[in-house]
Amino acid sequence: MTIYRPGKGHLMIQFDTVHKRFPNGTTAVHDLSLEMPEGGVTVLVGSSGCGKTTTLRMINRMVEPTSGTIRVGGKDVLEQDAAELRRSIGYVIQQSGLFPHRTVLDNIATVPLLLGWGRRKARSRAAELLETVGLNADAGKRYPHQLSGGQQQRVGVARALAADPPVLLMDEPFGAVDPVVRTQLQDELLRLQKELSKTIVFVTHDIDEAVRLGDQIAVFRTGGHLVQCAAPAELLARPADDFVADFLGAERGLKLLSLTTLADVPQAAAPQDGPWTLVLDEARKPQAWRSRSKDAEVPLRPLKDGDSLLSALNESVTSPAGLVARVDGEGRLTGVTSREDIHEHAGRAHSAAGAATGAGVAA
Amino acid sequence: MTVDWSWIGDHTDDLTSLTVSHLEAALTAVLLGLLISLPLAVLAHRVRPLRGLLLGLSNVLFTIPSIAVFVLLLPVSGLTRTTTVIGLTIYTLVVLLRNTVEGLDSVPARTKEAAKAMGTRPLRTLLTVELPLALPVIMAGVRIATVMSISLVSVATYIGDGGLGQLFTDGFQRDFPTPVIVGVVLTLLLALVADALLVAVQYALTPWTRRRA
Repeated sequence: MTIYRPGKGHLMIQFDTVHKRFPNGTTAVHDLSLEMPEGGVTVLVGSSGCGKTTTLRMINRMVEPTSGTIRVGGKDVLEQDAAELRRSIGYVIQQSGLFPHRTVLDNIATVPLLLGWGRRKARSRAAELLETVGLNADAGKRYPHQLSGGQQQRVGVARALAADPPVLLMDEPFGAVDPVVRTQLQDELLRLQKELSKTIVFVTHDIDEAVRLGDQIAVFRTGGHLVQCAAPAELLARPADDFVADFLGAERGLKLLSLTTLADVPQAAAPQDGPWTLVLDEARKPQAWRSRSKDAEVPLRPLKDGDSLLSALNESVTSPAGLVARVDGEGRLTGVTSREDIHEHAGRAHSAAGAATGAGVAA
Repeated sequence: MTVDWSWIGDHTDDLTSLTVSHLEAALTAVLLGLLISLPLAVLAHRVRPLRGLLLGLSNVLFTIPSIAVFVLLLPVSGLTRTTTVIGLTIYTLVVLLRNTVEGLDSVPARTKEAAKAMGTRPLRTLLTVELPLALPVIMAGVRIATVMSISLVSVATYIGDGGLGQLFTDGFQRDFPTPVIVGVVLTLLLALVADALLVAVQYALTPWTRRRA
């Protein structure tokens, strides 16, 4: 197996006019040309039947293209042995697809064992990965059905990472878990990706998930047509057509704000008097807004620089003073930002995202 | 009906050898049945058109009365143990074939898909994923086939074999109930012990089905 080093601009996966027609005559993927850069997350989105899963599955030859070429690491997938190709590409399936008769540890060790590592080496690698995905060591001896849905999904990710493949395919991996766990798993994936820099292809029908995870998002339309492929901010600011705009939803503008952080928005000193003042604890951590008459206290959520403009907008709307409390990494007060400043930056973020693509924000 | 205990005491050697011979015939049939039905079941599972044919054929064989099977086999293998074993094997096939096919069917598509996507080749998937997961259903068939064979061995008395079944003819001919009762009790015990052992084997082979969360 060739070892790929993450490099900027290098293309890991290339689709060149790939067409897939199933024997029953339906076209799943229509003349697709798409490039996925090394070390980046490409999210394929679209409603069901749009060919996104078929596209993903053609990368490791679970589905064979009717025509066109797919290259992984520069090599045509059809010229490689299918089983060996699959071992070199991590795959995370919907509802985990774990082997019910194997312990968690042996599930994770699947590909290393297929590659002929010794049992001991494969198990110790599996134990290492258990920790990487945030599971306890004693989970390794259990069987999949003894874990929660979220834990099973983590095992699924660990299994895909076991042989350290450069490419990771994820087919709606978080589709079957509840929203809270889903958010945790997304955070975890982003954290992992920061460390591992895999080339990830991620299929989902959830546009919020796509915006959160994607370095680029490819939007598919029924019939297997790729409509637009762009970075999340560009996609949100300038959808190619009405289909994409509809797919992104009515809150498209707000979603864009979720991509911009609060760091550049100025802050002022917290008000010492006025109708509302901040209540701080002894460590100078904001606790609540207190009215002048001291008869009302409104809870607040202090924001860090890394929080999004969207959460700042939300906090500014709920704050009685129209101010957002800003804190440092330890949660200590650094200042406040006004609703007006946040609004102004929100508008600026929009025009910047539009300008970056060489045109104004689409209507 | 009274049991003549002294007869039992006088014939322990005979009873032991009949029991061993009985069990031997039944177990050989089940083992042969497994060896034949396993590849056939895999074939029936993989090749859809063969499925109805194979299952239908084994059903037809099952409807032939057991005595007739032994009689039909006489010209082929004569009054031998072979005839007994072939006859019994035919009967185990229907249960084992059907259960093995159903066991393979019961393996979730997602799991097979995962095995393929990890880069497991078909034969290894069959041996390390499909058959282990089909084991509970296959073992249910093995238990039925075993108990069935143990009870059917006696029929082979008509062709001069029959293990413990010989005790029945002996008892009836002499109008002496003790061998009949002893034969029934021993057959029953054999079936119960064999079944219990198979349950234990299955428990040992399928650790993932225990400790349901």
